[in-house]
Amino acid sequence: MSPAPSAPDDSAPWPGPFVRYDLVKELVVALVVMAGLAVILTILFSSPDDSPTTIQSWAKADPGDFLTTAVTELNGTSEIAEYGPPYNNTPDATQKIGPIDLQSWAGVKIPIDTAQNYVIEPLQEIPADPRLKAALAAYQAAPPKLQEAWAGAYEEALPEASFVRGVPILPAGHYGPVAPMMAALLGLAQSGGLDGALVAGDHRFYQTNYTKPLLFLSGGGYFEERAEGQHLLGTQWGMMNETGSYPGQVWLWLYTFWYQVEPFKESPNADALIFALMGVLSLAFICIPFIPGLRTLPRHLRVYRAIWRDHYREVES
Amino acid sequence: MSEGEGRSVSPEERQMWTTWVRERAVGALPPEKLLPDRQPAYVSSWIYVFGVATIAALVVVIASGVILGLKGPEWWHVTAIGRFFNGIHLWAVELFFFAMVVHLWGKFFMGAWRGGRGRTWVTGAIVFLVAIGAAFTGYLSQQNFDSQWIASEGKDGLNSVGIGSFFNVVDFGQMYTFHVILLPLAVVALVVWHVLLVRRHGVVPPYPAKAPMPAAPSPPPQATPSEGGAP
Amino acid sequence: MESPVPMVLGALFDLSHPARYLHWHFFQMSVANVVVILLMIAVFVAAILIPFPKRRRET
Repeated sequence: MSPAPSAPDDSAPWPGPFVRYDLVKELVVALVVMAGLAVILTILFSSPDDSPTTIQSWAKADPGDFLTTAVTELNGTSEIAEYGPPYNNTPDATQKIGPIDLQSWAGVKIPIDTAQNYVIEPLQEIPADPRLKAALAAYQAAPPKLQEAWAGAYEEALPEASFVRGVPILPAGHYGPVAPMMAALLGLAQSGGLDGALVAGDHRFYQTNYTKPLLFLSGGGYFEERAEGQHLLGTQWGMMNETGSYPGQVWLWLYTFWYQVEPFKESPNADALIFALMGVLSLAFICIPFIPGLRTLPRHLRVYRAIWRDHYREVES
Repeated sequence: MSEGEGRSVSPEERQMWTTWVRERAVGALPPEKLLPDRQPAYVSSWIYVFGVATIAALVVVIASGVILGLKGPEWWHVTAIGRFFNGIHLWAVELFFFAMVVHLWGKFFMGAWRGGRGRTWVTGAIVFLVAIGAAFTGYLSQQNFDSQWIASEGKDGLNSVGIGSFFNVVDFGQMYTFHVILLPLAVVALVVWHVLLVRRHGVVPPYPAKAPMPAAPSPPPQATPSEGGAP
Repeated sequence: MESPVPMVLGALFDLSHPARYLHWHFFQMSVANVVVILLMIAVFVAAILIPFPKRRRET
């Protein structure tokens, strides 16, 4: 009986035949083609540049939403105030992967005290306003329960507020010093001063870190509405999208897909679970050559017969 | 004979680190392997150009990025020529991912990891993922509404697994530094490694062909040959 | 901010208007992204099917 033919050694040097192949010329042609395509696409479509939202533009366009966010930052009930690490220590706020709590493990490395950073400290910088100084002193001297009651009442009354020349007019209620504090904060925001105060906090001249103002913006409905208009929300597969009608980040399709399906869609741990899942899938993608079943899949799919059809025509005839 | 060319290496020289590195490098990739002027005949499909197309797009991305960097991150917002180069940078990134995905599909269907080429696939897959990170930091560096929104959303995913404590997507300074120096270095280093592996191992050969059909057995010779053929 | 440079290098087609979206069950994707994906598939298929120029064999 003749011995079974041995499996081919794909690592062995190719015994032939060969053809001339000019790699450097190929690279130069590719460079010309790709540069040319990039130039043509730029001439046709340019690139998007939607101007950023500022706290000033927010406070002017939607003062009610600005004040709603500001009073929850003061009261410690905002999204950032209750976020947990890396901004603060809030019990049961972290996302977990089963029993694993990586968010807590990393710790509070970017501390944010929302009441101090977003309301008290910027207001303290406003000079020559004795009424504001007195309101701040009264607020800080009050017991926490009273502070909460004032801010809570203010937040509840805001939907009924009207604005006259930038000044909020609320129905009668027990807001204590919170009312003049919020009015002053709105004035500061509408003047553009709050943008500057949040970026150049701690009296620093040079600054490239937008943590404070951007997290403040992200707590507001105005910012989110603008994103919704551009189809950028998570529920709108926003991770893949670009502002305007430009193509976006198509390669993120699988990442955003999981946010649309259960069990992730309604899970409080969606971000952590999906990050971990994509980590596992990415590892599997890297390790395809070593995974039985996956590594032999191309052989069964037989697309290679089309790619190497000239070779097979020659060898099998 | 010029210095170092074809001469034998003495035992003392062989102990030198320089000699060791040179001999390993030249042994793995002699010049005709590093820059070959021929390829196996089966390298005859347009699918093979998408690797070099990806590299070409990357060169355009880096070149346009260097020009954007020369004038700083504000420039493209305030001048038309800056906006033009920003466009080149954006579209070159789209072309880069386009070519890379077509290249990846081709290499998958060819089973291009066969014959000890696993590391070539691994480095390529890692480049893909690192490039996604580089693009992410690029979107964060735009200093417009898109970058604000991507930062405010991206922070949640990274914070949930603790990475946000060390990699702060709302910190423009950090993101810009990652984007213009750290991640391009990583991408280029991985691409160089990837290409050197392709040169080292050669382009993967085709899957084995089907055995040629055996020839039909010839009929036995006729005892009385008659003109005119078959009965 | 107004640019001092004439906008001769501006876009021929204005893509700054909100995109149109295609919906299918819970999938939704912008027209631009769908075009990119379809182009990728088309280019991949074309790259395999379009004949590559024949080269002379080396002995």
